[in-house]
Amino acid sequence: MVDTIVFVLAALVILSGALGVILARNPVHSALMLIMTLFGVAVVFVAQEAHFLAAVQVIVYAGAIVVLFLFVIMLLGVDQADSIETEPIGGQRPAAGVVALASVGLLVLLAVRAVQVSSGARSTSSALDGEGTNLEKLARVLFTDYLFAFEATSALLVIAVVGAVVLARKPAAEDVQDRKGVGALGRTRSGSGR
Amino acid sequence: MGDPVFNGGLDLGVLGIVAVKALIGFTFVMVGVIFMIWFERKIIADMQSRVGPDRAGKWGLLQTLADGIKLIFKEDLSPDRSDRLVYRLAPYLSVAPAFLTFTIVPIGGVFRGDDDGTLRVLGNDTFLQVADPPVGVLFLLAMSAVAVYGIMLAGWSSGSKYPLLGSVRASASMVSYEAALGLSVVAVVLLSGSLSTHEIVSSQAGSVLDWNIVRTGFVPFVVFLIAATAELNRPPFDLVEAEQEIVGGFHTEYSSIRFGMFFLAEFMNTITMSAIMVTLFLGGPDGPAPIGPPLLWSFFWFTIKLLAFLFLFVWLRAALPRFRYDQLMDLGWKQLIPLSLGWLLLLGAIQIGRDEGWNVVVVVLVGFGIAVVAAGGLLGAIRVADRRRDAFAEPLPNESAELTDAGVR
Repeated sequence: MVDTIVFVLAALVILSGALGVILARNPVHSALMLIMTLFGVAVVFVAQEAHFLAAVQVIVYAGAIVVLFLFVIMLLGVDQADSIETEPIGGQRPAAGVVALASVGLLVLLAVRAVQVSSGARSTSSALDGEGTNLEKLARVLFTDYLFAFEATSALLVIAVVGAVVLARKPAAEDVQDRKGVGALGRTRSGSGR
Repeated sequence: MGDPVFNGGLDLGVLGIVAVKALIGFTFVMVGVIFMIWFERKIIADMQSRVGPDRAGKWGLLQTLADGIKLIFKEDLSPDRSDRLVYRLAPYLSVAPAFLTFTIVPIGGVFRGDDDGTLRVLGNDTFLQVADPPVGVLFLLAMSAVAVYGIMLAGWSSGSKYPLLGSVRASASMVSYEAALGLSVVAVVLLSGSLSTHEIVSSQAGSVLDWNIVRTGFVPFVVFLIAATAELNRPPFDLVEAEQEIVGGFHTEYSSIRFGMFFLAEFMNTITMSAIMVTLFLGGPDGPAPIGPPLLWSFFWFTIKLLAFLFLFVWLRAALPRFRYDQLMDLGWKQLIPLSLGWLLLLGAIQIGRDEGWNVVVVVLVGFGIAVVAAGGLLGAIRVADRRRDAFAEPLPNESAELTDAGVR
């Protein structure tokens, strides 16, 4: 009973948020709707007793990734009246249509073929057994069986950060000489205080 | 695991207990805010040899209430160029996380001896905290991550320059210091062996030597304190609302009770963060109970520790000048994060050494040796980067020769 109520409410939040993301005209409103969807998904995770996943969902997606979206939108000042007539990538729209149809088809197929459609009930696979909480089991698996994948992912993230820094780095000395006097703001000497 | 009140399933009595606990928690924080504002104004006044508020009520105790009522009846303006919906939403977005974080704080309960911090109410065992989620302190990090939105959106939706600058500063500092905050929390989790705040408090029961502030070796506590101050945007990290530079920062355009709500959120956050520090590092409500019921003593100790932190925050505000933006970023990224990361690795090494039966002295010495080498490498890298930046940067106006000449002529 409680499960069903929670599921229905969360599903309403998720779906209205998702619709808002694609229907809102203003990119900031879209980002806010995305946060709403992410919170709805976190609620569903909690209802399935995946507490850690819910916390990570909020910390990483709602707390970090959408903040970055908003940062970019705020700083670049995306115009509300941005024209959507021009296509930056040729053939993007037909391709998007095909992908969308395929996704809908997949969902319909799943709903028709699957015995267990989403009903908000608890997971039907057997419960985790053995000592300890969910979190302890997750940690044990993550740092033993899947250690290599875990380390590889962290290495990938570090490489991505270093790559981003290299790409965004200031130009070398001779370029700066050429551009002297342009855009002095933001290049004030922050190290001079010491 | 979790609050034992739910062990017997949900019924009306359980729901009642949860509702009453939520109400008590909310009242605690709201009344706390009213007195915290008075407390802060009085202490600051004392430190600056002023009298402070003394008109409303005895010793000016009701000043905050009077200010709040005044704010409610002021005109609620919204700028022409603002984004109405987001502009109205932002104050609520900053108040909600501030209160929600407080729900995981155990404000009382006896943890020493055979007691495990439960209290028997109407035939149900329960913890003296609104909620005890299994992810515990991760909830704290989630809420402090979400708290960015209130400030960020307030600045953006005002549709003017200074609020936007203020909110960009705020979000940058909050996002930066979250990493240091998280890393110092990990040290606590490592030693307590659980994420749940109730378990963390239980693991510290006993004497002062069992508190995490001692067991984690002070460093994570200091890092957490600094990072929390930055996260709260309190002085000396209050360049979010630096009056001399950007008027009022993100809330420049706000008036009436919406303006009041930002202050409510700020003080709520201060109380909540202090309570979290008491929970994580100072054993929560743990303390000796010489005479009388230990339960009352636990409330007493919790309040005393909380007040100590609140006083510390006020003291910092009175004593320290504001950080510059680049100093804030340097402190966060180049000092606090490496320091807490290194300390965490050292604690981890000691923990493994204890499990494997290694010699503790050797582990600590080797760990410190590696830490010194790593710190040297980091300092070298920072120095090289600084030198390169100085070499490439254009000279500041007051250093450039042409400008000096112009000034002389």
